[in-house]
Amino acid sequence: MGGGHGRHDAHRLHVGRDTAVHRLAPHVKLVALVTFVSAVAVTPRYALWAFAIDAILLAVVAVAARVPAAVVARRVLVVTPFLIVAVLLPFIGHGPRTELGPIEVSTDGLWAAWNIAAKALLGATASIVFTATTPIPEILTGMTRLRVPRPVVAIIAFMVRYLDLISEQLHRMRLAMTARCHDPRWLWQARPVAAAAGTLFVRTYERGERIHDAMIARGYTGHMPVDERAPDRPAAWLVALAPPAVAVTAAVVALVP
Amino acid sequence: MTTAISIRGLTHRYPTSSGNVLDGVDLDMAPGERVALLGPNGSGKTTLALHLNGLIPTQAGTITVHDTPVAAPHLGEIRRRVGLVFQDPDDQLFMPTVRDDVAFGPANLGVPTSERDQRVRDALGAVDAVQLADRHPHHLSGGEKRRAAIATILSMRPDVIVLDEPTSGLDPVGRRELAELLVAIASTQLIVTHDLPFALATCPRSLIVDGGRIAADAPTAELLADRELLARHRLELPFGFELRHTGT
Amino acid sequence: MMIAMHAPDGFLEPGVAVATAAISLVVMAFAVRSASRELGDRQVPLAGVTAAFVFAAQMFNFPVASGTTGHLLGGALAAILLGPWVGSLVVGVVVLVQALVFADGGLTALGYNVLNMAIVPAFGGWAIFWLVRRLLPKNAGGVIGATAIASGMSVVLASIAFSIEWLFGATAPVPFDTVFGAMVGVHTLIGIGEAVVSSMVVATVLAARPDLVAGARDLDTAQLADRPRVGVRTFVMAGVLVAALFAMVVSQFAASGPDGLEKVAADQGFAAGAQDHGFADSVFADYATRGIGNEELSLAIAGITGVALALTVGAGLVIAARQLRRRPAV
Repeated sequence: MGGGHGRHDAHRLHVGRDTAVHRLAPHVKLVALVTFVSAVAVTPRYALWAFAIDAILLAVVAVAARVPAAVVARRVLVVTPFLIVAVLLPFIGHGPRTELGPIEVSTDGLWAAWNIAAKALLGATASIVFTATTPIPEILTGMTRLRVPRPVVAIIAFMVRYLDLISEQLHRMRLAMTARCHDPRWLWQARPVAAAAGTLFVRTYERGERIHDAMIARGYTGHMPVDERAPDRPAAWLVALAPPAVAVTAAVVALVP
Repeated sequence: MTTAISIRGLTHRYPTSSGNVLDGVDLDMAPGERVALLGPNGSGKTTLALHLNGLIPTQAGTITVHDTPVAAPHLGEIRRRVGLVFQDPDDQLFMPTVRDDVAFGPANLGVPTSERDQRVRDALGAVDAVQLADRHPHHLSGGEKRRAAIATILSMRPDVIVLDEPTSGLDPVGRRELAELLVAIASTQLIVTHDLPFALATCPRSLIVDGGRIAADAPTAELLADRELLARHRLELPFGFELRHTGT
Repeated sequence: MMIAMHAPDGFLEPGVAVATAAISLVVMAFAVRSASRELGDRQVPLAGVTAAFVFAAQMFNFPVASGTTGHLLGGALAAILLGPWVGSLVVGVVVLVQALVFADGGLTALGYNVLNMAIVPAFGGWAIFWLVRRLLPKNAGGVIGATAIASGMSVVLASIAFSIEWLFGATAPVPFDTVFGAMVGVHTLIGIGEAVVSSMVVATVLAARPDLVAGARDLDTAQLADRPRVGVRTFVMAGVLVAALFAMVVSQFAASGPDGLEKVAADQGFAAGAQDHGFADSVFADYATRGIGNEELSLAIAGITGVALALTVGAGLVIAARQLRRRPAV
C-alpha cells in the first residue's frame, strides 16, 4: 500500500480543449479552486443539501470545460484507500448504534463515512477538473502571479520537467535487472533494487550539476527570468469565483446553527 | 581583423588527478571559421571546450574571445558571445517548453519581451524547429532535442558556438541534417567530436588533441588521409570506410 | 495502511488543518531560505531534479515479503543525503505537487500532509541520525547504521504525529488510543522496510560519491573507506523482532475494550477512568476522546509521545540551524 498509483505522465492530465474554463487566467482558477475546496472542507457533514449544491457546481464546471467523465472517474480513484477507510468506519466506530438491515452499526460512524467520502471525492474532483483545464506551465505562471516565491515555482518546474526522464531511467534499470533473472521476494533481497536507486540518485544529482552549468552558460545568475503578463480582466474573476462563492455561501449557511 | 578565439598556454589539472588534463594549449581561430577538435577519450577536448565559456576557471594561461579575456569580471559578456551546446541535450532543455528554453538566454541578458519573442522565432526558424515551440522537451526525438538545444544558444546571438559531441544519439539522417544546419550558421564554430566523417563534412580545419596538447593542426582532409597520424592518437575512420580523394 | 499519508480534504477538523498549515508554512519558508544559503545559484536545478528523484523513488516498490511490496516515505533519506533543509524542502515540494497536480492528497490537508511526510521525518530523522552517530564508530558503517535507525524511526514519528493530530481533530468516532495503537503499530513494521532500503541507498551513494551524503560530511577519506560487513539478513531479522515486540505492546493499546486495557492499567496502578467528563469540554476532539479505554493512560501516552515528537523534531531544527550557521554561505 502507499504511493504506488500509476501517476507517471504529468502531461496526460491536461485535457486539451478550448473552453471558457480553459481560457481563464490560471491564477484566477487557482484562487477559485482553493476557495471551493476550503468551503467543502468546512461544510458540516449533516448539511446534505450543501454537498449536493457543491457537487452540482462542480458538475457544471466540468461540463463547461468538456472534461470527459471517464477521465475524472479514472483519476479520482486516487482516493480509494480513504474510501475503504470510510467504509470501515460504521463497523469500528464507537457511540450510539443504528440498524442497517440485519446489522448494527455506529451512527456516528455512518456520518463520518459520508463526511470523509464526500469531501475526499469533491476535493479530488475539483483538483482534477483544474488540472484538466490548466497545463502545467500555466499552473506555474499562476503560482508566480499569486506571489509564491520564485525559487519554489522554479523548483516545481524543474521537478515536473525531469520527472518522466528519471522515472524512465529507474524503470529501465529495473528492466535490466529482471532481464538477468532478478526476482526478489523478501526484504533482505532488496539490495540490488536499493543500489539502483542509490545509483540513480548520484546520476540525478550529477545531472543537476550539469544543468546548472548549462544555466550558467546561458547567463543565469541565480534569478529565474521574469515574464511580464497581460493585466487582469475583472470579468474573469467574476466568472471564476461564482461557483466557489456559492459553495462558500452554502457552507456558511450550513454552519450557522 | 581580430581573431575570434585566442588561447595561449592553457593548462589545467583536476584536483583529484595527477598530471595535467590540458598541458599548454595554444590555438587561434579566425571569425567565421569552423574547426573540429578531434582526439581520443580523456584527451582533454571537453575540458578545453568548457574553458571557452568560463565554466571552468582558467588555472594557467590565457583565453580571449574577440579581444575580451575569459575571466571575471567579463564572464557575463563572454557567456553572451560564446554559446556552449552540451553533449546531452536533456541537460540543456530544462524549462517546461522549448519556447521557454530558447527564451531563457535572452531573458538573462535583459532582452525585453517583444524582442525576446522575435529572437525565439528566429532561432527556432534557423534550426527548422518552429513547430516544436510549445512541446515539452521530454517528448522530442533525439534529433529534435539536438536542434532545440542549438536554438537555445542561437537566441543569444553568440559570435562563437562550441559544440560538444553534437552527433551522439543521432541517426544517420539526423547527422546529415545537423551537418547541413551547422554549415548554414555563420558564427565561428568549434566542434568537439570523434565522428570523423562529420568533421570532414562540417569543418575545413581540424585539430587533434592528445595528452593535453595540440598534436596536429591541419586541413581536415589532410589529417584524415594520414592513417598513421590518426592511429597514433587512437583515431580511425569508421570500419570499412576509406577516404575518397576529390579535387578541392 | 499508510493512511497517515496523502490525506484527503476534510480528513481532520479545520482547526488542525489551519494550525498545521501555519507550522508547515513557517518551516518551509525557513527551508527555502536555508537551501538558498547552502546551495546558492545551484538551488533551483539541484532541488528540482532531486525532487523528481524523490517522486520517482516513492513510486518504486521494493520487496517486503513473499511478493508483497512496500514504498519509501523518503523524508529521512532525503535529509541524510541532502541535508535537512534541502531534504525537507524537496519532499515538501513533492507533497505539494502530488496534491495540486495529481489530486493525491487534499489541498486543505497540505498542512498536515507536509508536516507528517516532509517536516517530521526530515528533522526528526536528522536528530535521531546524529544521536545514533554519536554512539556508533565514526566511519561509513556508522553512517549506514545511523541511517537505518533514523529512517526506521522517522516512519514511526510520522505516525505519532498523525495520531496526535487525530486527538485534536478527529472526524470519525474512532478513539485516540485505537488510532494510536493501530497506526504506530503498523508503521513500526513499515519502518523496518524504510530502514533497510534507506541504509542500502546511502551505502551505494557513499561508495560512489560520498560528498553527496550530507550526513557523512564530517568523515575523511580513511574513515569513509572503513565499512564493516553488516549481515543484512541478521539485521533485518533483529529489526523485525524488535519492531514486532514494540508493535505488539503498542497495539494492545488499540484494543480499547475496557476489559483488557483497564485491567492492564489497574494492574499497573493507574486509576481506572471510564468517564467522559474529564475530557468533555477540552481542546481535544470529541470523537477522539469518546470511548477511550483509559483516559489517564491515554493522556499520558499522548503527552509523552507528543512531547517526545516535538522535542525530536525541535532538536532536528536546532541542529540543522546551527550547522547552517557554521558552514560558510555559498
